[in-house]
Amino acid sequence: MDNAVSNSFVEARHLGKHVATREGVLTLLDDINFKIAAGTSVAILGASGSGKTTLLGLLAGLDTPSNGTVILNNNNLNDFDEDGRAMLRAELVGFVFQNFQLLFGLTALENVMLPLELAQLPHPRKKAEELLKRVGLGERMQHYPNQLSGGEQQRCAIARAFSMRPRILFADEPTGNLDSKTGKRIIDLLFELNAEQGTTLIMATHDAQISRLCDQLIHLEAGRIVEQVNSPGKGNSYE
Amino acid sequence: MNDLTPAGRQRRGAGFYWAMSWRMLWRDWRGGELNILAIGLVIAVTSITAVGFFTDRIERGLQMQSAELIAADLAVTSRRADVYDYIKEARQNDFQVATTQQFRSVVLGDDRPQLVEVKAVSEAYPLRGALRISDNAFGADETTGGIPSAGDVWVEARLLQMLDAGIGDSIKLGNSTFKIRKVLRYEPDRAGDLFSLAPRILMNIADLDATGLISTGALVNYRVLIAGERSSINSYHKLIENNLRAGEELVTFEQGRPELNTALRSAQQFLGLAALISVLLAGVAVASVANRFSVRHLGTSAMFRCLGASQNTIIQLFSLEMLWLSLIASSAGCILGMLTQFVITQLLDQLVLTQLPPPTFKAVLLGYATGILMLTGFALPPLLSLRHVPPLHVLRKDVTSRPVSSWLLYLAVVLCMSLLLYWQIGDLRLVATVTGGIVLTLAVLAVTAFLLIMLLNRLRGSAGVAWRFGLANISRRPAGSVIQIVAFGLGIMVMLLLSAVRSDLLNDWQASLPENAPNHFVINVQSDQLAAITDYFKAMGVANTRMYPMVRARLVEINGKKVSADDYESERARHLVTREFNLSWAESIQLDNELVAGPWWERDDFGKPLLSLEVKLADTLRLKLGDVASFDVNGTRLDFTVSNLRSVDWDSFNINFFTVVPPGVLEDKPASWVTSVYLDSEQRQKLGDLVRAFPNVTLIDVEVIMKRVRGIISRVSLAIEFIFLFTILAGLAVLFAAIQSKQDERRFESAVLRTLGASRKTLMLGLLAEFTTLGALSGLLAGLSATSLVWLLAEYVFKFNYQLDFTLALSGIVSGTIIVVIAGTLGTRSVLTNPPIKTLRQNTV
Ligand SMILES: Nc1ncnc2c1ncn2[C@@H]1O[C@H](COP(=O)(O)OP(=O)(O)OP(=O)(O)O)[C@@H](O)[C@H]1O
Ligand SMILES: [Mg+2]
Repeated sequence: MDNAVSNSFVEARHLGKHVATREGVLTLLDDINFKIAAGTSVAILGASGSGKTTLLGLLAGLDTPSNGTVILNNNNLNDFDEDGRAMLRAELVGFVFQNFQLLFGLTALENVMLPLELAQLPHPRKKAEELLKRVGLGERMQHYPNQLSGGEQQRCAIARAFSMRPRILFADEPTGNLDSKTGKRIIDLLFELNAEQGTTLIMATHDAQISRLCDQLIHLEAGRIVEQVNSPGKGNSYE
Repeated sequence: MNDLTPAGRQRRGAGFYWAMSWRMLWRDWRGGELNILAIGLVIAVTSITAVGFFTDRIERGLQMQSAELIAADLAVTSRRADVYDYIKEARQNDFQVATTQQFRSVVLGDDRPQLVEVKAVSEAYPLRGALRISDNAFGADETTGGIPSAGDVWVEARLLQMLDAGIGDSIKLGNSTFKIRKVLRYEPDRAGDLFSLAPRILMNIADLDATGLISTGALVNYRVLIAGERSSINSYHKLIENNLRAGEELVTFEQGRPELNTALRSAQQFLGLAALISVLLAGVAVASVANRFSVRHLGTSAMFRCLGASQNTIIQLFSLEMLWLSLIASSAGCILGMLTQFVITQLLDQLVLTQLPPPTFKAVLLGYATGILMLTGFALPPLLSLRHVPPLHVLRKDVTSRPVSSWLLYLAVVLCMSLLLYWQIGDLRLVATVTGGIVLTLAVLAVTAFLLIMLLNRLRGSAGVAWRFGLANISRRPAGSVIQIVAFGLGIMVMLLLSAVRSDLLNDWQASLPENAPNHFVINVQSDQLAAITDYFKAMGVANTRMYPMVRARLVEINGKKVSADDYESERARHLVTREFNLSWAESIQLDNELVAGPWWERDDFGKPLLSLEVKLADTLRLKLGDVASFDVNGTRLDFTVSNLRSVDWDSFNINFFTVVPPGVLEDKPASWVTSVYLDSEQRQKLGDLVRAFPNVTLIDVEVIMKRVRGIISRVSLAIEFIFLFTILAGLAVLFAAIQSKQDERRFESAVLRTLGASRKTLMLGLLAEFTTLGALSGLLAGLSATSLVWLLAEYVFKFNYQLDFTLALSGIVSGTIIVVIAGTLGTRSVLTNPPIKTLRQNTV
């Protein structure tokens, strides 16, 4: 577990995050270690405030850790500056945010097209339209985010994340504010796309049920890993 | 495992930036993000180009006006006939040429000799402007394109009175006899003060030899008049200027009439002021909106970073987007500027006469430079800070980039804009006063606003609920409120400033040429006729005719040294020392004169030989305070000590004297008296009787000239009103921008408060309280700073009298409150009328 470098795709080594607040130093994450193999699906389970979003942010290179390192496809993120990490992100990473993060001035279609445009991929419109149809928003393409419901915004955000065919997709509470039926549809969609594109899926959730669908489960409590389980759905766990 | 794929490292070509930046521009435009930025830019560019075009025209108008004052584009004068050498040269250059010869002579009517100023003119005279003539002394006048035909002369009306002659009579000039064919009413290039010159006789130059008047040694002023296309005239002008032979001199229009120039110059200055203000205002609007723009694009930037765009990509995309915007807005501004100046020149058509100058490249260039400078200067710094937005921003809103400290940069931008404006307006004093004033005002506004807000904070506890809510809004974010008060204050300040300057300027003009300003001069009244003439006018319905005495005198010595024309180089000085001075006496200084040096005399000084000189005359003759000027008065020599210098407002048609002495010095000398009266058309009919009753008295009619001046001034006033409106629009744009800058927060807060159960009425009252306070505060500050700026401008730029008063501050408070409350509630109304959910839903990223 310590020598193999190439058999893990995403790896956290002694990862820690502290922030200075008025009340003193706050530890958000402490000594996080795990490895994730390519093409698998991982759930990061934890209560609200346990540090899930913080962890995803570090893994995706959106933030820098206070201690430890993140290895992403054999690249040590600490070796990169912001622009370097941006390039890695462009290369590898898709992100579905807890609060969707659609740009309010852009239509659903344009939001999905945006990463394709920035990466100068051919036929952005066609690809975006296909994806939006795929997530069931074929009729809402010209609508602005504030004209969409929360679930629709979430699906739009997923379409945007998948438009780049990322090798890793981070999804932060993808069903957080959705009813269970819509939540189920979204999860299905994520797994479908994950299977189709061979994407590594890393999902933060507080829903134990959802976490059981994944190949691997990482349980966080107050910034520490309290449990790591492989194939949680089959009850096969180890320390 | 493969490493980074080449696709991600792919170089971003020009095509990408081009397409992506246009796409961003279009999307922001569609979302209404760019409206105020664009409006601000368009206003700035429109103002600067309109004024550019217009200044060009005024400049040309002035040139034409001055050309009219010398009846040519260029004139060379000399005492010697060899000045006619220029004729050949000018003809070779395809210029139009005319010649004149001027000299004094005596005509004999009914055996009464009369001194006259003869002017013999060639066919094309005048090359610029036109003569006006009439068939009898006081009848309707008309423009003529011709000159007297051989054997005819045209004469000034007063000569007819003096000679007791009429149209069709003959007069003898030298060896020839001429027929008086017309009354000469207006001669464009007649220079000098109107009532000390002998009357004019205009004749055809072809008749001159036969009169035998031009003998060797006669004092003749030869003139060659030249006119032609502007640029070649200008270069010829330079050529001649540097190669004048001894005794030759270029004629400049300053020797002519200054009345119109002052009005036009003030108009030009006002337009410059207005442009300056609208450009700076628009700059403030752009700056404050740009900030909001960048705040609203934090999310976009962070998202771009999340999606893998590098800092450089983000800078380049936003810079390009701004560049496109500034190019589009500048183009629109240039077109609007051209239209605006078209409207102005339509208002001024008769002033600017015939030629339409082509739009100058300079104005267009300036327009684009302003647009680009303004947007890059004001909008780019906050946008550049966007590149530092950490991608983490999408996860945690409190993580934003440090705002760039942009004060220095803003200052630099203001400086650059001032330079551009200086290039355009060309009046350093004006640009410096206004820019400096505005920057200073900004600082003062900011500090005072901050203090006032602190004070408000203390008052809060004692207010009702709506007030508490409103005042809390203001003091909760002091920095934001200070910015708002400053922006409001600035907007209101310049509106007040401009309206004050405008009305003062217009009033000043009106005052200088009131409807019933004297339109006739009555000269040559003898001492024993004073009472009779005054009574005569009283009977005609003209009260209070003030009579001014004048005694003719010749300057003989200065500080004991004999004066001669040879001591002076300037034609004017030579002219002055050889001609007679009119010494007048007075107890007190005339109202429209201003002491420049030395004291006016006291009662004790009456009877002492003191002399008050017009300052320009003193300069020309190189006379200083304390110098002794000796005059020959009717054979007696009198020594006067120069005791003070005065400036005289020659624009007014008031009677003024170059030389004045105290009472009790000249009373025993033979004096004649002058006065000026306003006569309406009915009263003018009776002038014939006056002339018959007092044959020696001469009347000079300036009605024609005054009408012309008045016409021009009223047109210029119109143009000023128009530009004024335009600047007011710019001011409103700033106010609107300022309100917009906090609108997002205000909307969101109100929506949240409504969901928490606040009633619409409470919210409405709260907003009203907030806007009332903001408006009143900024209005008060604006009024105070406008007062001081107007005072500065009046003192240093426009030179009109300004009485410091604080009504401006009062109108500042009132107008500030009204405007801000209206604009504010209009802008926030949607929060109160829409269901709160709509506002809240808009709050996605
Ligand atoms: N910059 C920061 N300063 C102070 N506290 C922070 C900062 N970043 C995160 N936190 C705190 O760290 C804790 C973990 O935050 P995080 O957003 O990772 O939780 P989460 O597990 O995603 O919760 P949720 O399920 O509610 O989204 C929270 O208590 C949060 O308030
Ligand atoms: Mg979270």
